[in-house]
Amino acid sequence: MFTARNKGRFAVMATVVGASLALTGCASGDPLTPEPDAGGPSDTIVIGSQAYYSNEIIAELYAQALEEGGFTVERNYQIGQRDAYIPALEAGEVDLFPEYTGNLLQFWNPDTTATQSDEVFAELVTVVPEGLQVLDQSTASDQDSYNVTAEFADANGLSSIADLAGVDGLILGGAPELEERPYGPSGLLDVYGVTVAFEATGDTTVESLLAGIVNVANVFSADPRIGQNGLVTLADPEGLFLASNVVPIASADLPQEAIDIINAVSAALTPEGLVALNVQSTVDQLGFAEIATQWLTENGFLG
Amino acid sequence: MNLFADAFAWLFDPLNWQGSGSIPQRIAEHLGYTAAAMILAMVIAVPLGWWIGHTGRGKELVVGLTGAARALPSFGLLFLFVMLVGVLLREPAAVVVLMLLAIPPILAGAYSGFEVIDRRTIDAARAVGMTEWQILFKVEVPLGLPLLFGGLRSAILQIIATAVLIVYIGLGGLGYDIVQGIELRRYDQMLGSALLVIALALVFDALFALLERWAVPRGVRAGRNTDVRTTPHGRRATAELSATT
Repeated sequence: MFTARNKGRFAVMATVVGASLALTGCASGDPLTPEPDAGGPSDTIVIGSQAYYSNEIIAELYAQALEEGGFTVERNYQIGQRDAYIPALEAGEVDLFPEYTGNLLQFWNPDTTATQSDEVFAELVTVVPEGLQVLDQSTASDQDSYNVTAEFADANGLSSIADLAGVDGLILGGAPELEERPYGPSGLLDVYGVTVAFEATGDTTVESLLAGIVNVANVFSADPRIGQNGLVTLADPEGLFLASNVVPIASADLPQEAIDIINAVSAALTPEGLVALNVQSTVDQLGFAEIATQWLTENGFLG
Repeated sequence: MNLFADAFAWLFDPLNWQGSGSIPQRIAEHLGYTAAAMILAMVIAVPLGWWIGHTGRGKELVVGLTGAARALPSFGLLFLFVMLVGVLLREPAAVVVLMLLAIPPILAGAYSGFEVIDRRTIDAARAVGMTEWQILFKVEVPLGLPLLFGGLRSAILQIIATAVLIVYIGLGGLGYDIVQGIELRRYDQMLGSALLVIALALVFDALFALLERWAVPRGVRAGRNTDVRTTPHGRRATAELSATT
Protein backbone atom coordinates (compact mmCIF):
# COMPACT_ATOMS: atom_id res chain seq x y z
CA MET A 1 0.00 0.00 0.00
CA PHE A 2 2.79 2.41 0.92
CA THR A 3 4.54 2.27 -2.45
CA ALA A 4 1.59 3.56 -4.43
CA ARG A 5 0.63 6.20 -1.90
CA ASN A 6 4.17 7.56 -1.77
CA LYS A 7 4.33 7.58 -5.54
CA GLY A 8 1.13 9.60 -5.63
CA ARG A 9 2.45 12.08 -3.10
CA PHE A 10 5.69 12.38 -4.99
CA ALA A 11 3.79 13.14 -8.17
CA VAL A 12 1.77 15.87 -6.46
CA MET A 13 4.93 17.40 -4.96
CA ALA A 14 6.70 17.26 -8.30
CA THR A 15 3.78 19.01 -9.98
CA VAL A 16 3.62 21.75 -7.34
CA VAL A 17 7.39 22.36 -7.43
CA GLY A 18 7.43 22.29 -11.23
CA ALA A 19 4.51 24.69 -11.51
CA SER A 20 5.99 27.19 -9.07
CA LEU A 21 9.32 27.09 -10.89
CA ALA A 22 7.55 27.70 -14.17
CA LEU A 23 5.57 30.60 -12.70
CA THR A 24 8.66 32.24 -11.22
CA GLY A 25 10.38 31.91 -14.57
CA CYS A 26 7.53 33.75 -16.26
CA ALA A 27 7.38 36.49 -13.68
CA SER A 28 11.05 37.46 -13.74
CA GLY A 29 11.25 38.23 -17.48
CA ASP A 30 8.98 40.92 -18.90
CA PRO A 31 7.34 39.45 -22.00
CA LEU A 32 6.27 42.92 -23.17
CA THR A 33 9.74 44.40 -23.62
CA PRO A 34 10.73 44.42 -27.28
CA GLU A 35 13.63 42.32 -28.44
CA PRO A 36 16.87 44.22 -29.00
CA ASP A 37 17.64 45.57 -32.48
CA ALA A 38 18.19 42.69 -34.85
CA GLY A 39 19.28 44.96 -37.70
CA GLY A 40 18.90 44.12 -41.35
CA PRO A 41 20.31 44.84 -44.76
CA SER A 42 19.89 48.58 -45.28
CA ASP A 43 19.51 48.47 -49.06
CA THR A 44 16.34 46.36 -48.79
CA ILE A 45 13.10 48.05 -47.78
CA VAL A 46 11.15 45.79 -45.42
CA ILE A 47 7.40 46.40 -45.66
CA GLY A 48 5.09 45.16 -42.95
CA SER A 49 1.32 44.97 -42.61
CA GLN A 50 -1.35 44.24 -40.03
CA ALA A 51 -3.22 40.96 -40.10
CA TYR A 52 -6.10 42.81 -41.80
CA TYR A 53 -6.74 42.19 -45.47
CA SER A 54 -7.30 45.84 -46.42
CA ASN A 55 -4.04 46.85 -44.75
CA GLU A 56 -2.20 44.10 -46.58
CA ILE A 57 -3.51 45.34 -49.94
CA ILE A 58 -2.16 48.84 -49.19
CA ALA A 59 1.19 47.34 -48.16
CA GLU A 60 1.27 45.49 -51.47
CA LEU A 61 0.58 48.78 -53.32
CA TYR A 62 3.67 50.27 -51.64
CA ALA A 63 5.72 47.15 -52.39
CA GLN A 64 4.98 46.98 -56.11
CA ALA A 65 5.33 50.76 -56.58
CA LEU A 66 8.75 50.68 -54.91
CA GLU A 67 9.85 47.68 -56.97
CA GLU A 68 8.87 49.59 -60.10
CA GLY A 69 11.05 52.42 -58.82
CA GLY A 70 14.04 50.07 -58.67
CA PHE A 71 14.06 49.27 -54.95
CA THR A 72 14.49 45.83 -53.46
CA VAL A 73 11.53 45.03 -51.24
CA GLU A 74 11.04 42.40 -48.57
CA ARG A 75 7.43 41.62 -47.65
CA ASN A 76 6.85 40.89 -44.00
CA TYR A 77 3.05 40.92 -43.88
CA GLN A 78 0.51 40.01 -41.24
CA ILE A 79 2.64 40.94 -38.27
CA GLY A 80 -0.49 41.44 -36.17
CA GLN A 81 -1.37 44.03 -33.54
CA ARG A 82 0.29 47.40 -32.95
CA ASP A 83 1.99 45.99 -29.87
CA ALA A 84 3.83 43.57 -32.08
CA TYR A 85 4.82 45.73 -35.04
CA ILE A 86 5.52 49.17 -33.54
CA PRO A 87 8.47 47.75 -31.57
CA ALA A 88 9.63 46.05 -34.78
CA LEU A 89 9.48 49.42 -36.57
CA GLU A 90 11.32 51.14 -33.75
CA ALA A 91 13.98 48.44 -33.80
CA GLY A 92 14.51 48.93 -37.53
CA GLU A 93 13.35 45.43 -38.48
CA VAL A 94 10.55 46.92 -40.59
CA ASP A 95 11.05 50.09 -42.67
CA LEU A 96 7.59 50.89 -43.99
CA PHE A 97 4.09 50.17 -42.73
CA PRO A 98 0.62 51.34 -43.79
CA GLU A 99 -1.13 52.83 -40.78
CA TYR A 100 -4.21 54.85 -39.82
CA THR A 101 -3.71 58.34 -38.37
CA GLY A 102 -6.28 58.32 -35.55
CA ASN A 103 -5.61 54.86 -34.16
CA LEU A 104 -1.88 55.41 -34.35
CA LEU A 105 -2.13 58.76 -32.56
CA GLN A 106 -4.21 57.11 -29.86
CA PHE A 107 -1.54 54.43 -29.47
CA TRP A 108 1.15 57.00 -28.71
CA ASN A 109 -1.08 59.53 -26.99
CA PRO A 110 -4.12 57.85 -25.44
CA ASP A 111 -5.40 61.17 -24.05
CA THR A 112 -5.54 63.01 -27.37
CA THR A 113 -8.53 65.27 -27.96
CA ALA A 114 -8.00 65.77 -31.70
CA THR A 115 -10.67 64.17 -33.87
CA GLN A 116 -10.72 65.96 -37.24
CA SER A 117 -8.47 64.68 -39.98
CA ASP A 118 -6.03 67.63 -40.13
CA GLU A 119 -5.77 68.06 -36.36
CA VAL A 120 -5.07 64.38 -35.93
CA PHE A 121 -2.34 64.40 -38.57
CA ALA A 122 -0.74 67.57 -37.18
CA GLU A 123 -0.60 66.06 -33.71
CA LEU A 124 0.57 62.68 -34.98
CA VAL A 125 3.65 64.29 -36.54
CA THR A 126 4.65 65.67 -33.13
CA VAL A 127 4.37 62.36 -31.23
CA VAL A 128 6.26 60.09 -33.62
CA PRO A 129 9.22 58.54 -31.78
CA GLU A 130 12.77 59.27 -32.86
CA GLY A 131 13.92 57.15 -35.78
CA LEU A 132 10.46 57.02 -37.35
CA GLN A 133 8.53 59.40 -39.58
CA VAL A 134 5.03 59.65 -40.98
CA LEU A 135 4.71 60.37 -44.68
CA ASP A 136 1.81 62.26 -46.29
CA GLN A 137 -1.65 61.07 -45.31
CA SER A 138 -4.05 59.82 -47.93
CA THR A 139 -7.62 61.05 -48.28
CA ALA A 140 -8.67 57.42 -48.01
CA SER A 141 -9.74 56.53 -44.51
CA ASP A 142 -10.73 53.38 -42.73
CA GLN A 143 -12.17 54.27 -39.37
CA ASP A 144 -14.80 53.22 -36.89
CA SER A 145 -18.28 54.34 -37.86
CA TYR A 146 -21.78 53.76 -36.57
CA ASN A 147 -24.17 52.16 -39.01
CA VAL A 148 -27.87 51.34 -39.02
CA THR A 149 -30.02 49.47 -41.52
CA ALA A 150 -31.83 51.56 -44.14
CA GLU A 151 -35.23 50.55 -42.68
CA PHE A 152 -34.22 51.60 -39.18
CA ALA A 153 -32.88 54.91 -40.51
CA ASP A 154 -36.14 55.57 -42.38
CA ALA A 155 -38.36 54.59 -39.48
CA ASN A 156 -36.56 56.91 -37.07
CA GLY A 157 -35.42 59.65 -39.46
CA LEU A 158 -31.72 59.05 -38.83
CA SER A 159 -28.85 60.61 -40.73
CA SER A 160 -26.49 61.65 -37.94
CA ILE A 161 -25.46 60.10 -34.63
CA ALA A 162 -27.16 63.08 -32.97
CA ASP A 163 -30.52 61.85 -34.31
CA LEU A 164 -30.18 58.74 -32.15
CA ALA A 165 -30.79 60.82 -29.03
CA GLY A 166 -34.57 60.54 -29.43
CA VAL A 167 -34.64 56.79 -29.99
CA ASP A 168 -35.37 54.32 -27.18
CA GLY A 169 -34.07 50.78 -26.78
CA LEU A 170 -30.84 51.23 -28.72
CA ILE A 171 -28.41 48.34 -28.67
CA LEU A 172 -24.89 49.01 -29.92
CA GLY A 173 -22.98 46.10 -31.37
CA GLY A 174 -19.24 45.83 -31.90
CA ALA A 175 -16.06 44.13 -30.83
CA PRO A 176 -15.71 43.52 -27.07
CA GLU A 177 -13.19 46.36 -26.67
CA LEU A 178 -15.71 48.93 -27.98
CA GLU A 179 -17.36 48.77 -24.54
CA GLU A 180 -14.29 50.53 -23.09
CA ARG A 181 -13.28 52.78 -25.98
CA PRO A 182 -13.66 56.58 -25.66
CA TYR A 183 -16.08 56.52 -28.63
CA GLY A 184 -18.05 53.61 -27.18
CA PRO A 185 -21.21 53.83 -25.01
CA SER A 186 -19.67 56.41 -22.64
CA GLY A 187 -18.61 58.68 -25.54
CA LEU A 188 -22.04 58.42 -27.15
CA LEU A 189 -23.62 59.64 -23.93
CA ASP A 190 -21.10 62.42 -23.28
CA VAL A 191 -20.88 63.80 -26.81
CA TYR A 192 -24.37 63.20 -28.20
CA GLY A 193 -26.48 62.41 -25.14
CA VAL A 194 -27.33 59.02 -26.65
CA THR A 195 -27.96 56.13 -24.27
CA VAL A 196 -27.22 52.66 -25.60
CA ALA A 197 -26.97 49.17 -24.23
CA PHE A 198 -23.87 47.32 -25.41
CA GLU A 199 -23.73 43.89 -27.00
CA ALA A 200 -20.34 42.41 -27.88
CA THR A 201 -21.15 40.93 -31.26
CA GLY A 202 -17.50 40.31 -32.10
CA ASP A 203 -16.93 39.06 -35.61
CA THR A 204 -20.64 38.76 -36.32
CA THR A 205 -21.42 42.48 -35.99
CA VAL A 206 -22.80 43.07 -39.49
CA GLU A 207 -24.84 39.85 -39.39
CA SER A 208 -26.19 40.80 -35.95
CA LEU A 209 -27.26 44.22 -37.25
CA LEU A 210 -29.07 42.65 -40.19
CA ALA A 211 -30.71 40.06 -37.92
CA GLY A 212 -31.90 42.75 -35.52
CA ILE A 213 -29.92 41.59 -32.48
CA VAL A 214 -28.41 45.07 -32.39
CA ASN A 215 -29.69 48.22 -34.10
CA VAL A 216 -26.50 50.28 -34.24
CA ALA A 217 -23.27 48.63 -35.36
CA ASN A 218 -19.64 49.69 -35.36
CA VAL A 219 -18.24 48.83 -38.80
CA PHE A 220 -15.04 50.06 -40.45
CA SER A 221 -15.94 52.78 -42.93
CA ALA A 222 -14.14 51.09 -45.83
CA ASP A 223 -15.96 47.79 -45.28
CA PRO A 224 -17.67 46.80 -48.56
CA ARG A 225 -20.55 45.26 -46.62
CA ILE A 226 -21.83 48.75 -45.79
CA GLY A 227 -22.65 49.27 -49.47
CA GLN A 228 -23.68 45.70 -50.17
CA ASN A 229 -26.27 45.62 -47.39
CA GLY A 230 -27.48 49.18 -47.92
CA LEU A 231 -26.39 50.22 -44.42
CA VAL A 232 -26.61 53.88 -43.50
CA THR A 233 -23.44 55.30 -41.96
CA LEU A 234 -24.44 57.96 -39.46
CA ALA A 235 -22.67 61.30 -39.79
CA ASP A 236 -20.44 62.36 -36.91
CA PRO A 237 -20.67 66.18 -36.75
CA GLU A 238 -19.23 66.42 -33.23
CA GLY A 239 -16.17 64.33 -34.05
CA LEU A 240 -16.81 61.39 -31.73
CA PHE A 241 -14.56 59.20 -33.84
CA LEU A 242 -10.96 60.01 -34.53
CA ALA A 243 -10.38 60.53 -38.21
CA SER A 244 -8.24 57.63 -39.36
CA ASN A 245 -6.74 58.33 -42.73
CA VAL A 246 -4.36 55.90 -44.33
CA VAL A 247 -0.84 57.05 -43.57
CA PRO A 248 2.49 55.34 -44.18
CA ILE A 249 4.83 55.18 -41.22
CA ALA A 250 8.47 54.73 -42.15
CA SER A 251 11.93 54.63 -40.69
CA ALA A 252 13.64 58.04 -40.70
CA ASP A 253 16.36 56.89 -43.08
CA LEU A 254 14.04 55.84 -45.91
CA PRO A 255 15.57 57.21 -49.17
CA GLN A 256 13.95 60.37 -50.56
CA GLU A 257 13.10 58.69 -53.90
CA ALA A 258 11.17 56.00 -52.01
CA ILE A 259 9.34 58.66 -50.00
CA ASP A 260 8.34 60.42 -53.24
CA ILE A 261 6.94 57.20 -54.68
CA ILE A 262 4.92 56.38 -51.56
CA ASN A 263 3.57 59.93 -51.28
CA ALA A 264 2.40 59.72 -54.89
CA VAL A 265 0.57 56.44 -54.10
CA SER A 266 -1.09 58.03 -51.04
CA ALA A 267 -2.19 61.00 -53.12
CA ALA A 268 -3.80 58.71 -55.70
CA LEU A 269 -5.64 56.57 -53.13
CA THR A 270 -9.15 57.93 -52.57
CA PRO A 271 -11.80 56.81 -50.06
CA GLU A 272 -13.87 55.26 -52.88
CA GLY A 273 -10.71 53.71 -54.28
CA LEU A 274 -9.98 51.99 -50.98
CA VAL A 275 -13.50 50.54 -50.76
CA ALA A 276 -13.13 49.33 -54.37
CA LEU A 277 -9.85 47.59 -53.47
CA ASN A 278 -11.57 45.90 -50.52
CA VAL A 279 -14.45 44.78 -52.73
CA GLN A 280 -12.00 43.14 -55.11
CA SER A 281 -10.67 41.10 -52.23
CA THR A 282 -13.86 40.16 -50.36
CA VAL A 283 -16.30 39.91 -53.26
CA ASP A 284 -14.21 39.14 -56.33
CA GLN A 285 -11.80 37.00 -54.30
CA LEU A 286 -8.72 38.28 -56.14
CA GLY A 287 -5.23 37.88 -54.67
CA PHE A 288 -3.59 40.89 -53.03
CA ALA A 289 -0.75 41.02 -55.58
CA GLU A 290 -3.22 40.94 -58.46
CA ILE A 291 -5.39 43.68 -56.94
CA ALA A 292 -2.35 45.87 -56.35
CA THR A 293 -0.97 45.39 -59.87
CA GLN A 294 -4.33 46.27 -61.38
CA TRP A 295 -4.73 49.44 -59.29
CA LEU A 296 -1.15 50.61 -59.89
CA THR A 297 -1.54 50.07 -63.63
CA GLU A 298 -4.83 51.98 -63.75
CA ASN A 299 -3.28 54.86 -61.84
CA GLY A 300 -0.19 55.03 -64.01
CA PHE A 301 2.39 53.73 -61.52
CA LEU A 302 3.21 50.62 -63.53
CA GLY A 303 4.17 50.84 -67.14
CA MET B 1 6.29 45.45 -13.58
CA ASN B 2 5.25 42.05 -12.38
CA LEU B 3 2.60 40.67 -14.67
CA PHE B 4 1.38 38.02 -12.27
CA ALA B 5 0.99 40.47 -9.40
CA ASP B 6 -1.03 42.73 -11.70
CA ALA B 7 -3.17 39.82 -12.83
CA PHE B 8 -3.97 38.87 -9.24
CA ALA B 9 -4.70 42.50 -8.41
CA TRP B 10 -7.19 42.52 -11.29
CA LEU B 11 -8.70 39.22 -10.15
CA PHE B 12 -9.27 40.44 -6.61
CA ASP B 13 -10.39 43.97 -7.46
CA PRO B 14 -13.92 44.16 -5.99
CA LEU B 15 -14.97 46.39 -8.94
CA ASN B 16 -14.53 43.42 -11.24
CA TRP B 17 -16.85 41.29 -9.15
CA GLN B 18 -20.02 43.35 -9.55
CA GLY B 19 -22.23 44.83 -12.23
CA SER B 20 -22.66 43.73 -15.81
CA GLY B 21 -19.71 41.90 -17.30
CA SER B 22 -18.39 41.02 -13.84
CA ILE B 23 -16.20 38.00 -13.20
CA PRO B 24 -19.07 35.93 -11.66
CA GLN B 25 -21.24 36.68 -14.69
CA ARG B 26 -18.48 35.57 -17.07
CA ILE B 27 -17.90 32.39 -15.08
CA ALA B 28 -21.65 31.70 -15.10
CA GLU B 29 -21.80 32.18 -18.87
CA HIS B 30 -18.78 29.97 -19.35
CA LEU B 31 -20.12 27.20 -17.13
CA GLY B 32 -23.62 27.55 -18.58
CA TYR B 33 -22.45 26.74 -22.09
CA THR B 34 -20.14 24.05 -20.71
CA ALA B 35 -23.00 22.39 -18.83
CA ALA B 36 -25.43 22.54 -21.75
CA ALA B 37 -22.89 21.04 -24.12
CA MET B 38 -21.82 18.37 -21.60
CA ILE B 39 -25.39 17.23 -20.89
CA LEU B 40 -26.30 17.03 -24.58
CA ALA B 41 -23.07 15.17 -25.38
CA MET B 42 -23.71 12.69 -22.55
CA VAL B 43 -27.30 12.09 -23.66
CA ILE B 44 -26.03 11.16 -27.10
CA ALA B 45 -22.66 9.54 -26.48
CA VAL B 46 -23.22 7.47 -23.32
CA PRO B 47 -26.06 5.26 -24.63
CA LEU B 48 -24.37 4.99 -28.01
CA GLY B 49 -21.05 4.00 -26.43
CA TRP B 50 -22.77 1.45 -24.20
CA TRP B 51 -24.62 -0.01 -27.15
CA ILE B 52 -21.40 -0.33 -29.14
CA GLY B 53 -19.61 -1.82 -26.13
CA HIS B 54 -22.41 -4.28 -25.39
CA THR B 55 -23.04 -5.49 -28.91
CA GLY B 56 -19.52 -5.02 -30.26
CA ARG B 57 -21.03 -3.42 -33.35
CA GLY B 58 -19.46 -0.29 -34.81
CA LYS B 59 -16.16 -0.43 -32.90
CA GLU B 60 -14.37 0.96 -35.96
CA LEU B 61 -16.66 3.98 -35.77
CA VAL B 62 -15.46 4.86 -32.26
CA VAL B 63 -11.79 4.38 -33.08
CA GLY B 64 -12.04 6.41 -36.26
CA LEU B 65 -14.19 9.13 -34.72
CA THR B 66 -12.01 9.75 -31.68
CA GLY B 67 -8.92 9.99 -33.84
CA ALA B 68 -10.49 12.28 -36.41
CA ALA B 69 -12.07 14.53 -33.78
CA ARG B 70 -8.65 15.67 -32.62
CA ALA B 71 -8.20 17.35 -35.97
CA LEU B 72 -11.47 19.33 -35.78
CA PRO B 73 -10.75 23.06 -36.01
CA SER B 74 -13.08 24.31 -33.28
CA PHE B 75 -12.84 27.97 -34.27
CA GLY B 76 -13.69 27.27 -37.89
CA LEU B 77 -16.51 24.96 -36.87
CA LEU B 78 -17.99 27.64 -34.64
CA PHE B 79 -18.12 30.16 -37.49
CA LEU B 80 -19.36 27.60 -39.96
CA PHE B 81 -22.31 26.77 -37.71
CA VAL B 82 -23.18 30.39 -37.00
CA MET B 83 -23.07 31.18 -40.72
CA LEU B 84 -25.20 28.12 -41.48
CA VAL B 85 -27.97 28.73 -38.96
CA GLY B 86 -27.72 32.53 -38.74
CA VAL B 87 -26.78 34.76 -35.83
CA LEU B 88 -30.23 34.58 -34.30
CA LEU B 89 -29.46 30.96 -33.42
CA ARG B 90 -25.91 31.57 -32.27
CA GLU B 91 -26.49 30.19 -28.75
CA PRO B 92 -27.61 26.74 -29.96
CA ALA B 93 -24.86 26.83 -32.57
CA ALA B 94 -22.23 27.35 -29.88
CA VAL B 95 -23.69 24.55 -27.75
CA VAL B 96 -23.73 22.16 -30.70
CA VAL B 97 -20.09 22.90 -31.58
CA LEU B 98 -18.95 22.39 -28.00
CA MET B 99 -21.04 19.21 -27.85
CA LEU B 100 -19.39 17.87 -31.01
CA LEU B 101 -16.02 18.29 -29.34
CA ALA B 102 -17.17 16.43 -26.24
CA ILE B 103 -18.82 13.47 -27.94
CA PRO B 104 -15.70 11.53 -29.05
CA PRO B 105 -14.01 11.28 -25.63
CA ILE B 106 -17.30 10.35 -23.93
CA LEU B 107 -18.06 7.78 -26.61
CA ALA B 108 -14.60 6.31 -26.23
CA GLY B 109 -14.93 6.23 -22.44
CA ALA B 110 -18.33 4.55 -22.49
CA TYR B 111 -17.28 2.01 -25.08
CA SER B 112 -13.83 1.13 -23.73
CA GLY B 113 -15.28 0.74 -20.23
CA PHE B 114 -17.20 -2.25 -21.58
CA GLU B 115 -14.38 -3.40 -23.82
CA VAL B 116 -11.92 -3.98 -20.98
CA ILE B 117 -14.30 -6.19 -18.99
CA ASP B 118 -13.07 -9.76 -18.90
CA ARG B 119 -15.35 -11.67 -21.30
CA ARG B 120 -15.51 -14.53 -18.78
CA THR B 121 -17.32 -12.21 -16.35
CA ILE B 122 -20.01 -11.51 -18.93
CA ASP B 123 -20.24 -15.16 -19.94
CA ALA B 124 -20.66 -16.05 -16.27
CA ALA B 125 -23.46 -13.51 -15.92
CA ARG B 126 -25.17 -14.96 -18.95
CA ALA B 127 -24.65 -18.50 -17.60
CA VAL B 128 -26.41 -17.73 -14.32
CA GLY B 129 -29.41 -16.66 -16.36
CA MET B 130 -29.20 -12.87 -16.42
CA THR B 131 -31.11 -11.15 -19.20
CA GLU B 132 -29.23 -8.84 -21.60
CA TRP B 133 -30.60 -5.81 -19.73
CA GLN B 134 -29.45 -7.26 -16.41
CA ILE B 135 -25.99 -7.93 -17.86
CA LEU B 136 -25.90 -4.36 -19.11
CA PHE B 137 -26.95 -2.61 -15.92
CA LYS B 138 -25.71 -5.03 -13.24
CA VAL B 139 -22.39 -6.07 -14.79
CA GLU B 140 -21.20 -3.92 -17.64
CA VAL B 141 -22.27 -0.46 -16.51
CA PRO B 142 -20.84 -0.69 -12.96
CA LEU B 143 -17.59 -2.21 -14.24
CA GLY B 144 -17.30 0.33 -17.05
CA LEU B 145 -18.07 3.36 -14.90
CA PRO B 146 -14.49 4.37 -14.03
CA LEU B 147 -13.49 4.58 -17.69
CA LEU B 148 -16.70 6.44 -18.51
CA PHE B 149 -15.83 9.06 -15.92
CA GLY B 150 -12.38 9.22 -17.47
CA GLY B 151 -14.02 10.05 -20.79
CA LEU B 152 -16.25 12.69 -19.17
CA ARG B 153 -13.16 14.15 -17.55
CA SER B 154 -11.34 14.77 -20.80
CA ALA B 155 -14.57 15.97 -22.45
CA ILE B 156 -15.22 18.67 -19.86
CA LEU B 157 -11.61 19.84 -20.02
CA GLN B 158 -11.96 20.19 -23.76
CA ILE B 159 -15.19 22.18 -23.45
CA ILE B 160 -13.94 24.54 -20.74
CA ALA B 161 -10.85 25.28 -22.79
CA THR B 162 -12.76 25.78 -26.04
CA ALA B 163 -15.63 27.83 -24.61
CA VAL B 164 -13.17 30.74 -24.54
CA LEU B 165 -13.89 31.11 -28.26
CA ILE B 166 -17.61 31.85 -27.97
CA VAL B 167 -16.85 35.53 -27.37
CA TYR B 168 -16.08 35.82 -31.07
CA ILE B 169 -19.72 35.22 -31.88
CA GLY B 170 -20.84 37.55 -29.14
CA LEU B 171 -21.69 35.15 -26.34
CA GLY B 172 -19.36 36.27 -23.55
CA GLY B 173 -17.78 33.74 -21.27
CA LEU B 174 -14.30 34.07 -19.80
CA GLY B 175 -12.87 34.63 -23.28
CA TYR B 176 -14.53 38.06 -23.26
CA ASP B 177 -11.98 39.66 -20.98
CA ILE B 178 -9.12 37.99 -22.81
CA VAL B 179 -10.20 39.20 -26.26
CA GLN B 180 -11.11 42.66 -24.96
CA GLY B 181 -7.79 42.83 -23.13
CA ILE B 182 -5.79 42.13 -26.29
CA GLU B 183 -7.20 45.19 -28.05
CA LEU B 184 -7.10 47.45 -25.00
CA ARG B 185 -3.61 46.28 -24.02
CA ARG B 186 -4.81 45.29 -20.56
CA TYR B 187 -2.47 42.44 -19.85
CA ASP B 188 -3.53 42.11 -16.22
CA GLN B 189 -7.10 41.47 -17.36
CA MET B 190 -5.99 38.98 -20.02
CA LEU B 191 -3.78 37.00 -17.68
CA GLY B 192 -6.33 37.17 -14.86
CA SER B 193 -9.05 35.69 -17.07
CA ALA B 194 -6.67 33.07 -18.43
CA LEU B 195 -5.86 32.05 -14.86
CA LEU B 196 -9.59 31.74 -14.15
CA VAL B 197 -10.02 29.42 -17.13
CA ILE B 198 -7.11 27.32 -15.87
CA ALA B 199 -8.57 27.24 -12.36
CA LEU B 200 -11.98 26.14 -13.67
CA ALA B 201 -10.36 23.40 -15.75
CA LEU B 202 -8.34 22.15 -12.77
CA VAL B 203 -11.36 22.15 -10.44
CA PHE B 204 -13.45 20.08 -12.85
CA ASP B 205 -10.53 17.81 -13.63
CA ALA B 206 -10.09 17.11 -9.91
CA LEU B 207 -13.82 16.57 -9.47
CA PHE B 208 -13.97 13.97 -12.20
CA ALA B 209 -10.76 12.35 -10.97
CA LEU B 210 -12.51 11.82 -7.63
CA LEU B 211 -15.62 10.44 -9.38
CA GLU B 212 -13.42 8.12 -11.39
CA ARG B 213 -11.91 6.73 -8.21
CA TRP B 214 -15.23 6.53 -6.40
CA ALA B 215 -16.81 4.63 -9.30
CA VAL B 216 -14.56 1.60 -9.00
CA PRO B 217 -16.91 -1.14 -7.67
CA ARG B 218 -16.04 -2.67 -4.31
CA GLY B 219 -15.74 -6.13 -5.84
CA VAL B 220 -13.16 -4.94 -8.34
CA ARG B 221 -11.09 -3.30 -5.65
CA ALA B 222 -11.15 -6.44 -3.50
CA GLY B 223 -10.35 -8.71 -6.42
CA ARG B 224 -7.39 -6.70 -7.66
CA ASN B 225 -4.71 -8.99 -6.20
CA THR B 226 -6.09 -11.99 -8.05
CA ASP B 227 -5.80 -10.61 -11.56
CA VAL B 228 -2.90 -8.24 -11.87
CA ARG B 229 -2.95 -8.13 -15.66
CA THR B 230 -5.99 -5.93 -15.97
CA THR B 231 -4.97 -3.34 -13.36
CA PRO B 232 -3.08 -0.19 -14.28
CA HIS B 233 0.63 -0.03 -13.68
CA GLY B 234 0.65 2.02 -10.45
CA ARG B 235 -1.89 -0.21 -8.80
CA ARG B 236 -0.19 -3.38 -9.93
CA ALA B 237 2.70 -2.68 -7.60
CA THR B 238 0.26 -2.45 -4.73
CA ALA B 239 -1.57 -5.55 -5.80
CA GLU B 240 1.65 -7.55 -6.01
CA LEU B 241 2.83 -6.18 -2.71
CA SER B 242 -0.35 -7.12 -0.88
CA ALA B 243 -0.44 -10.48 -2.66
CA THR B 244 2.95 -11.41 -1.27
CA THR B 245 2.31 -10.27 2.28
